[in-house]
Amino acid sequence: MANQTSSSSFVANLGKIYGVYTGGFIFFVLVLAVLEQMGVPNKILGYCFVFLTIGVYAYIGWISRTAEISEYYVAGRVVPPFFNGMATGADWMSAASFISMAGGLYLGGYGALGYVLGWTGGYVLVGVLLAPYLRKFGQFTVPDFLGVRYEGHTARVCGVVVLFCASFTYIVAQCFGIGIITSRFLDIPFEIAIFVGLLGILVCSMLGGMRAVTWTQVAQYIILIVAYLVPVVWLSTKLYGFPIPELTYGQALNEIAQLEQKLGILKPHVGAYVDAKGQFSWVEFNNFWALTLCLMIGTASLPHILMRYFTTPNVKDARTSVGWSIFFIFLLYFTAPAYAAFAKLEVYTNVIGQPISALPAWVQNWSQVGGLLTIKDANGDGILQLAEFIINQDIIVLSMPEIAGLPYVVSGLVAAGGLAAALSTADGLLLAIANALSHDIYYKMIDPKATTLKRLVVARVLLVGVALVGAAVAGTRPSGIIQMVAWAFSLAAAGLFAPLVLGIWWKRTTAAGAVAGMIVGFGICLFYLVGTRYFDMQLWFGIRNISSAVFGIPLAFVVTWAVSLMTAAPSKEMQDFVDSIRTPKGELAWVKGAVHD
Amino acid sequence: MAQLTPQQRDAYWRKTSRLMWIIMAWWFFFSFGVHFFAVQLNSITIYGFPVGFYMAAQGSLISYVVLCFWNASAQNKIDEEFGVAED
Repeated sequence: MANQTSSSSFVANLGKIYGVYTGGFIFFVLVLAVLEQMGVPNKILGYCFVFLTIGVYAYIGWISRTAEISEYYVAGRVVPPFFNGMATGADWMSAASFISMAGGLYLGGYGALGYVLGWTGGYVLVGVLLAPYLRKFGQFTVPDFLGVRYEGHTARVCGVVVLFCASFTYIVAQCFGIGIITSRFLDIPFEIAIFVGLLGILVCSMLGGMRAVTWTQVAQYIILIVAYLVPVVWLSTKLYGFPIPELTYGQALNEIAQLEQKLGILKPHVGAYVDAKGQFSWVEFNNFWALTLCLMIGTASLPHILMRYFTTPNVKDARTSVGWSIFFIFLLYFTAPAYAAFAKLEVYTNVIGQPISALPAWVQNWSQVGGLLTIKDANGDGILQLAEFIINQDIIVLSMPEIAGLPYVVSGLVAAGGLAAALSTADGLLLAIANALSHDIYYKMIDPKATTLKRLVVARVLLVGVALVGAAVAGTRPSGIIQMVAWAFSLAAAGLFAPLVLGIWWKRTTAAGAVAGMIVGFGICLFYLVGTRYFDMQLWFGIRNISSAVFGIPLAFVVTWAVSLMTAAPSKEMQDFVDSIRTPKGELAWVKGAVHD
Repeated sequence: MAQLTPQQRDAYWRKTSRLMWIIMAWWFFFSFGVHFFAVQLNSITIYGFPVGFYMAAQGSLISYVVLCFWNASAQNKIDEEFGVAED
């Protein structure tokens, strides 16, 4: 295989390649900064950022195209832990993390920290409970594991259904985010912008599968982390003369507290578990831990994340890779609370209380993007009051550089970062769905004799199909980004966590138990979500539907446990198979008749 | 050579499980335990940061990074002790 040598020299030179790439990107930003000073219009700068970055991703996608099954599904299992960590970081941090999370913190204060905790702590579960064992198992998809461990198509199909529902909800949210960015920075209608962005997703993932997505995601991580840190570091330096925002924003919190008193805001930014009147509330308390729990367990159940650990060379690397993943994710999450605090301080000091006629151009620009920012002079005094300034959480991060009066090049950079975040996650999700459909449903169940070529054609056709449907649904604007993403986490958590964890850690888990647990856990979660969202169902214990899984997760464990004990124990061979998954070294002890590659 | 006797295998899994529970306990503490007392912790302020807010915004995140790397290295030691680490 000629491919082998070129790809191994590529892996050996990764550090150099991405080092040059990072330098090139910084140079590109500096050139645009100079152009801005020379008077190049903002619109052109926006175009440069959007098209040049998508162009780079497309180029990586094109050179990584492949016709080999294991390259397509698991990037040939050669991805070093450090780079897999970066790729996971990009795969992980989506439009929700990049675009909406700091906005959520801006609006919700302490209450939104549940997102920060939930979207990081789950990696401890991934690293300890799942990743190394799934790597040892070493097939292509998460439903593969369910199909083999719970002997048969029923568990595999249940897995695919949960995977599909969760990942699809998630993709819709990403398309929505891509739509917001492209529509604002290319100045085209939202519905069309979604499909322009979609091309950006498809060029990365269609030809090269997991291999292309992996190397694009590393590139996207670099852009998104630079883009996220630059405006915050800049503001930190501007406000407090020190470039480490994580240390300086304590002062911003203080100033916000003073302004809150002045403006008569009842709910303090840092107040834990308080309602709108600033009083302690048990409902807020319960929602906080429920959200944290659902997001963490969802992290450890989402197939597009778990499948990233199929790509490392061995079990040990899978574990280390989880460490690098959380480290790279941490860099952004650790900064988000500072981003939110600076944005709030800027708005409270420079926007509220200004004459409406004198508001800068960014207000006008953002008001045009689908009602995400409204300014209404309710009392007709010509001065902007706090209650008259309604900003959507999805545009806080994107508009902050303009609000704070930074050069437009920073706005363009942030847009490129948000786009990178949304595109990289959408790629990972699309691949997870298309792989499950093409590998688990088509190849494993419908046509096990399909040729390599045919399998890859089916995978690509499905990929494009799912992408188109996802974009079309996003065009209907079903909900805010962060809510949709939280639903996806709940669905995955309720359906997949119990069968995956018990399948590895409790040998006595039977097929019937796992299937019953999945159906009940996922069913309750879906029932609660749909009921409360669309049919005005009463909330149970005041738990909001973004934490729907809080009922499904324990139920899935209890049902799996009870039904497993009522059915005959798994065969000796299956127990030996579980043993072989638990030890890093040695061959897997396949159960006779198990379908595997 | 990678073949363990059933006794060795059980011992290996006991150690692995023990590590798992220890890390899960820390995970629970930093994910939920600390934050149950956020209101009380918020009355202490260090460098402008109310401690309850700081733990949820940053403190716990640092602990997750440490826990993940700790798990990787501790589990590797167990693997080597039992001779089941990959070559």
